[in-house]
Amino acid sequence: MSTRARWIALFVGLTLLFAFPLIGDRFYVQFVSKILIMTIFAGSLNLLVGYTGLISLGHAAFFGFAGYILALYSPDTEAAGLLTSLLLSVGSAALLALLIGLLVLRTGGIFFIMATLAFAEMLFYLFHDTAIAGGSDGIYIYQRPVLMIGGWQPLDLANSAHFYYLALFFSLAAIACIHMLLRSPFGHVIVGIRVNEQRMRALGFDTYRYKLVCFVISGALAGLAGYLAASQFGVVNPETLGWHLSGSVLMMVILGGMGTLVGPVLGAFSLMMLEESFQSITKHWQLLTGAVIVLVALYLPRGFAGLLRKRADTDKLPPPGAGGSGTPAAAERPHV
Amino acid sequence: MDPYIFLIQLLNGVQYGLLLFLVASGLTLIFGIMGVINLAHGSFYMLGAYLAWSLTAQLGNFWLALLAGFVLSVVLGILLEWLFIRHLYRRDHLQQVLLTYGLILIFSELRSIVWGDDVHSVAVPTLLAGSIPLTETLAYPVYRVWLSIVCVVLAAGMYYLIQHTRLGMMVRAGASNREMTQSLGIDIGLLYRLVFAFGVALAAFAGMLAAPVSSVFPGMGNQVLIICFVVVVIGGIGSVKGAMAAALLIGLVDTFGKVVEFEISGFRVLPELAGMSVFVMMAIVLLWRPEGLFARRLR
Repeated sequence: MSTRARWIALFVGLTLLFAFPLIGDRFYVQFVSKILIMTIFAGSLNLLVGYTGLISLGHAAFFGFAGYILALYSPDTEAAGLLTSLLLSVGSAALLALLIGLLVLRTGGIFFIMATLAFAEMLFYLFHDTAIAGGSDGIYIYQRPVLMIGGWQPLDLANSAHFYYLALFFSLAAIACIHMLLRSPFGHVIVGIRVNEQRMRALGFDTYRYKLVCFVISGALAGLAGYLAASQFGVVNPETLGWHLSGSVLMMVILGGMGTLVGPVLGAFSLMMLEESFQSITKHWQLLTGAVIVLVALYLPRGFAGLLRKRADTDKLPPPGAGGSGTPAAAERPHV
Repeated sequence: MDPYIFLIQLLNGVQYGLLLFLVASGLTLIFGIMGVINLAHGSFYMLGAYLAWSLTAQLGNFWLALLAGFVLSVVLGILLEWLFIRHLYRRDHLQQVLLTYGLILIFSELRSIVWGDDVHSVAVPTLLAGSIPLTETLAYPVYRVWLSIVCVVLAAGMYYLIQHTRLGMMVRAGASNREMTQSLGIDIGLLYRLVFAFGVALAAFAGMLAAPVSSVFPGMGNQVLIICFVVVVIGGIGSVKGAMAAALLIGLVDTFGKVVEFEISGFRVLPELAGMSVFVMMAIVLLWRPEGLFARRLR
């Protein structure tokens, strides 16, 4: 896509997203809110998988944990304050990411995959087997958090349109956050780590510390998504920590195209809509999802954004011998 | 603790550890030799257990079911390698994770379509149905003893196969340098296919053996997969010896963790946290030796 086509697509997409609650049915407004929340979640994982080159298979740990913190913090009879509970949930997710990150980042590659999965499962069993928060049934949040400024309540989260705009706001804010992060010196270092960690170390960067900071930021953003999901559904159960969620969010990142800003958004929308349509076809819809995942892994390793990118690269190939160090293709070297 | 109860728990722990070893060794071999991380490995354990249940019902004989199930799982392994896994050797871990995750979903739905989502149990074969009396009230089932012996025999056979046969030599050569081995005239594709099929068969066989002692249920594959990851992380990836040591360790820690629950029933929180003891051990190993207890031997 040319730059202009990209701006037009962005404009049309944003307009549609902003106008959607005005035209959409309530069910679909809620559904798209759910997708928007997943774009935050997928974006947070993309920071690890796509940019830093750390494949986490336990990212739901932070998502679910933040939801549990909201549920445990919320009093039964009255609503929790939005700002306090949000800060508490995201902060707890970040703290958890720090703890897990300290351990799992001592490893790399395949160990990292297994260790992240194992720690997430540990959390799953903690909430599943003990009576801390309703055990395997989960815990309800009877009152949605409210935002109060003085005596004025600008948002009512029980209203699906209001919730939609809250989710949209956070989704855009998260993407902007990630964008700015990647353009900062910090972002250049983490991309450098993905391309060649040894060289970054040789250049004097303490890569462990950079990866840890990235892991914590990613965990906090996943926590934000988990917080929103918990306040949308009003229930948190161990499944929100489970590895099926970790797997499907990883799938969103890859399906959309990892290491790109729009990838997670494309991935979240396409996977969620795909699953929704499969669910309407058959009870055994996971069979179809599984088949799609296998096909993507075999034939579309760079996702949908990869398709767009391929076209963009052939549009304007760098002249031979130009080195092409500034082209996106050069920055996007396949990471071995 | 009463010495007989201690003995029973010790035997249970060892037996659980040995069973874990059968699954984890396939996982670690497939990674060590072929460089593929296989998330679907737990599914083979689950399929094995369901095969044992359904074949025992069909054939009316546990031993025949064991044999037929083993053959079927080898065929399944060869088929899967040919269809999917062989495309993954040159890819990075991400695509391996993705594809094998997709396979988990597919297998779990296929199981649901073919066998349903119910929990089943498999009867212990009559030959091994007895118990060995320890005291007047305590006894130990023969089947569990036999199970442990079979696992030990398999482990010893595996060690011999890898370290002392020509086939094992080729496998080790293929693990350390794929191109060089190929240029020496060894069909590396066939070798990998065999290794993968062998790993699948081991996991499925473990599931079949476990079927009479535990129940057969849909989530059993994922449960065992996670524990096997812990085993592999603790033992060191690619190390069969490490897998053995770690599997036994995990088996004992897990079993005795549950006995503590039994002993101190006054406490409410402690026993429930026993399920996490295994993960705490992994955390300690990660802190102390991030590469696992045993450096990898095969690669």
